[in-house]
Amino acid sequence: MIRFDRACKRYPNGREALSGASFEVAAGEMIFLTGRSGAGKSTILKLIALLERPTRGMVMVNGRNTAALSVRKIPAFRRELGMVFQDHRLLSERSVFDNVALPLHAAHVPLREIDKRVRAALDQVGLLDRALSLPLELSVGEQQRVGIARAVVGKPKLLIADEPTGNLDPALSLEIMGVFRRFNEVGVTVVIATHDVDIVKSWGSRELVVADGRVEDPDSDTAELPVIEAHR
Amino acid sequence: MIGWLTRHLQSLLFAAGRLVRAPLSTAFTVVVIAIALTLPTAFGLAILSVRDATGDFASAVDVSVYFKQGITLEQAQQLARNARQREGVARVELISADDALKSFRDQSGFGAALDVLGDNPLPHALDIQPRPDAASPAQMESLRRYLAAWPEVELVQVDSEWVQRLNAILDLLRRLVLGTSVLLGVGVLAVIGNTIRLEIYSRRAEIEVTKLVGGSNAFVRRPFLYTGLFYGFLGALLAAALVALGIYLLGGPVLRLAASYGSDFRLLSPGAREIGALLGIGMFLGLAGAWLAAARHLARIEPRA
Repeated sequence: MIRFDRACKRYPNGREALSGASFEVAAGEMIFLTGRSGAGKSTILKLIALLERPTRGMVMVNGRNTAALSVRKIPAFRRELGMVFQDHRLLSERSVFDNVALPLHAAHVPLREIDKRVRAALDQVGLLDRALSLPLELSVGEQQRVGIARAVVGKPKLLIADEPTGNLDPALSLEIMGVFRRFNEVGVTVVIATHDVDIVKSWGSRELVVADGRVEDPDSDTAELPVIEAHR
Repeated sequence: MIGWLTRHLQSLLFAAGRLVRAPLSTAFTVVVIAIALTLPTAFGLAILSVRDATGDFASAVDVSVYFKQGITLEQAQQLARNARQREGVARVELISADDALKSFRDQSGFGAALDVLGDNPLPHALDIQPRPDAASPAQMESLRRYLAAWPEVELVQVDSEWVQRLNAILDLLRRLVLGTSVLLGVGVLAVIGNTIRLEIYSRRAEIEVTKLVGGSNAFVRRPFLYTGLFYGFLGALLAAALVALGIYLLGGPVLRLAASYGSDFRLLSPGAREIGALLGIGMFLGLAGAWLAAARHLARIEPRA
């Protein structure tokens, strides 16, 4: 599903966030990207979502080389994956329903279909009864669940999340991770960047550590997953 | 097709809803646009009114030929026949001295004074009208010389100069209005463009999120284009209302003023065609202004995660 091959990212200000990350994520997998803030986790997610392009190396997502994708095709590419953010990025002046419906509107899904799918997505995160509330009327955990509903409403094969539990207490974090796992269980590939070590250890999913300039896979052979230097 | 229509209808309603939710700023923008559109519309209508009122005699150039005293009616009739032979002459009317005196007596109110004179002081005269296609200044001058060369003729008067002056003035005014319209049109474009630009930046977060979830540039742009279209439409509608109000307020006084000069001049009201053109221009300017702003500023807003 995802393959990084010596992917480098140097920002215009000269900072090299990633200087050669190589790893693969198979379809249907759930993996955690861990490491300290600034280690390059967010950069990896940005390269996956085509918010950035690698300066060198290759990033393949869903069978496509992101470096070769034209700007006009980026919206369609992004519709194939779901994104969840730490600050959930909901539109505060629109209802929960409208927030979740946004990707479907962007994809020009017919209105009747939108209604059905938004309800299904809200039902999956247990917030169907809050459809008409405004995001600020919900608790932090509920807001994050709305963010997840928005990410999965387009039925993506790949779900990526950047510190989705960063603002939550342990109990809520566990609950949110449980939501991700349920989607993983029905076949969605899930990539979660987090520094919540306790959850990762107890979860049993594969972990990729982005730290001190290295991307490591503690569970597997380094030969299988060649890891090249990632400097800050 | 239905999906396409629904999408546009949604964007349209969305844009309308947003305008309604910020009534004050919408009203200000609309008023500015309306004023910019009202001025050229009003001046244009005024010029049309003047042309309409002068249209009859603008083409009716004629030549008056006054014979010397002592020329007999028979001689005058012979000369009238000669004049009719000349190319480019549409109509020749002989006004005998007696007829002229009679109509002068009727119209001028100097009847008593004329009686004192005893003799008829008026000469025989010809009223010559050229064909419309033979009424250019050069052709009129050639006709004047031909007539003035007759020994029996005292005076040839060409009544075309004031018509030409009026037409020249109207032409000048029309160009001034056209120039002003273009300038004000650019102003409308800038006002709408700037309003849309501000709106784009005030909704930056929303645009970023929309792009994050896969909204194309066209999808993000559409509501802004409708907003521009609405501004243009509402501005033009208000402009039409202002022009109608102006005609309503000025129509009576203008009619009375014209009547005091013995004219039936009146201000033209804008018809369906003029109002349609005004709305069309307003909507075009709105759409174009929004398009320019969106093309320039939307591409700059790229999501950062």
